[in-house]
Amino acid sequence: MKIREDREKFIRLLLLAIALSAISILALISIFIFSEGLPIMFRRGIKAFLLSSDWYPTEGHFGLLPMIVGSLLVTAGAMIIGIPLGLAGAVYLTQFSSKKVRMVVKPMIELLAGIPSVVYGFIGVVILVPFVRDNFGGPGFSILTASLILGIMILPTILSISIDSLLALPPTYREGSIALGATEWQTTRLVLLPAARSGIIAGIILGMGRAVGETMAVIMIAGNATSLPRSILDPVRTLTSNIALEMSYASGEHRQALFATGVILFIIIMILNTIANLTSKRMSS
Amino acid sequence: MFEMRDRISGTSAAGNSKMKEKDRGRAAAGSSFFCLFFFCLFSTIFYFSCSLRPGQKGITVAGSTSIQPFADQWAEVFMARFPGRVINVQGGGSSAGIQAAMTGAAQIGMSSRELKPEEKVLKEFIVAWDGLAIIVHPSNPIDNLSLEKVREIFAGRILSWKEVGGPDRKIHVVTREEGSGTRGAFQEMVMHKERITKKAIVQDSNGTVREVVAGDPYAIGYISLGLLEPRVKAIKLDGIEPSFENVVRSNYKLIRPFILVTNGEPAGEVSDFIQFILSEEGQKLIQKQGLIPAKLAMSGETEGK
Repeated sequence: MKIREDREKFIRLLLLAIALSAISILALISIFIFSEGLPIMFRRGIKAFLLSSDWYPTEGHFGLLPMIVGSLLVTAGAMIIGIPLGLAGAVYLTQFSSKKVRMVVKPMIELLAGIPSVVYGFIGVVILVPFVRDNFGGPGFSILTASLILGIMILPTILSISIDSLLALPPTYREGSIALGATEWQTTRLVLLPAARSGIIAGIILGMGRAVGETMAVIMIAGNATSLPRSILDPVRTLTSNIALEMSYASGEHRQALFATGVILFIIIMILNTIANLTSKRMSS
Repeated sequence: MFEMRDRISGTSAAGNSKMKEKDRGRAAAGSSFFCLFFFCLFSTIFYFSCSLRPGQKGITVAGSTSIQPFADQWAEVFMARFPGRVINVQGGGSSAGIQAAMTGAAQIGMSSRELKPEEKVLKEFIVAWDGLAIIVHPSNPIDNLSLEKVREIFAGRILSWKEVGGPDRKIHVVTREEGSGTRGAFQEMVMHKERITKKAIVQDSNGTVREVVAGDPYAIGYISLGLLEPRVKAIKLDGIEPSFENVVRSNYKLIRPFILVTNGEPAGEVSDFIQFILSEEGQKLIQKQGLIPAKLAMSGETEGK
């Protein structure tokens, strides 16, 4: 009996240590980014980082406004494309299609998540960029192109989590609603989707995280210009591309400014996650 | 890979025959991933322990990513010629390379831009010359621009091809990222004090700039002369074609040196390697790649250094 208790205790401690190690890595990363990035932000003034649109790092101008706007616009664009497609797909595959179709289509869409982002970027450069340039105008490297590719990249996340949460609902919800005389569409819209809301929102948050953090594909197709975009056909640079593009050559203050970019990215992701969590809580209460 | 995984999961599943049917598959998958993980780990350790030969001295060359591919070739041929010598070539960018040579982290630094005054304490060796070509799409009717027009285009003051005699379409300016040696050289030789427009599309290598221009009929960019391809068109600058001969005769204005730097007079292996690079054989290697050998081009500006 004693041995068994000791073992239980040991395992509990082991698991605690593992859980703490994950948190400590997060803490280490945060400390590192903030300690590298914050000094220059305070030295130059936070305003100079957040509100200026002049990014000339070798001359000491570190305005990140175009990148912040770029990240937000590209992410918003990806959500506009990814959410409706993902939700509609999930509704069709759980409510209207036969089980056979679902067994074939769902794994295929999940395969999309396994394609490396550089491949998406390559397809974007070769096919989508010339398509946008020829049909909509502008240089082709644009917010629109990046949003389209990112929308497809986050689709599998949103779709498969939505499918899982719709399938996890007790069948009585659906049966009851149909028995009361509601049509299938009414059942889906008024009963099933609201009931599966928390899972769907979790999928959307994960997808949004991927869109904000995506770097390689965005560098290849967004054009990376440092000006504030005037239309969705203008090239933009996101915060992540800013770091990845210039890290290899940066030294001194330039390098610190890239860490400051990381600080701002960190804060933006925190804010987006908090907003998403709050809305999901408010909607379920 | 898959075959191996099957095999591993097969054996471990057989070993745990007491396990419930349901759990068996999951445990097998878990242990096969575990095995794969350790296989990768140990093969990595094995690989690196093999490549580290203790007791062997080597020299490290670090810096400009524009010079890096050529330095790789020199190192390869040099090591084949003198077995037992080890030369490690690393990238990192011109500034990082110069810094590494100063601190001694690398015996040789590579720079694709001229040294700044405070960096002049290092000993420099010009090992090659590279031209910068201004490129447009082959279908573009423009094939000659003055240096001033190029500057105005990249500064964002000329916005349409119409203003320089082309079609009435917006110019798509393509540039390199801030900090790049190629951008530094372009800034210095073409833009002078002026800034490259913020609206320019930014790409992070010569190759991707070339890809963008090759795909866009209204784009303009600049790349290393050695990397020209028929898919893009190099325009004449003030009527002078960016050809090998013109660069050698220093008629073509946009040329930059590829410099190796050492901290103090090079000795021993370092000196041998630099001498090999400057030898006829070393210079022939890079001439084949489209670079201009160090002795051929001597523009007035850098003569006597």
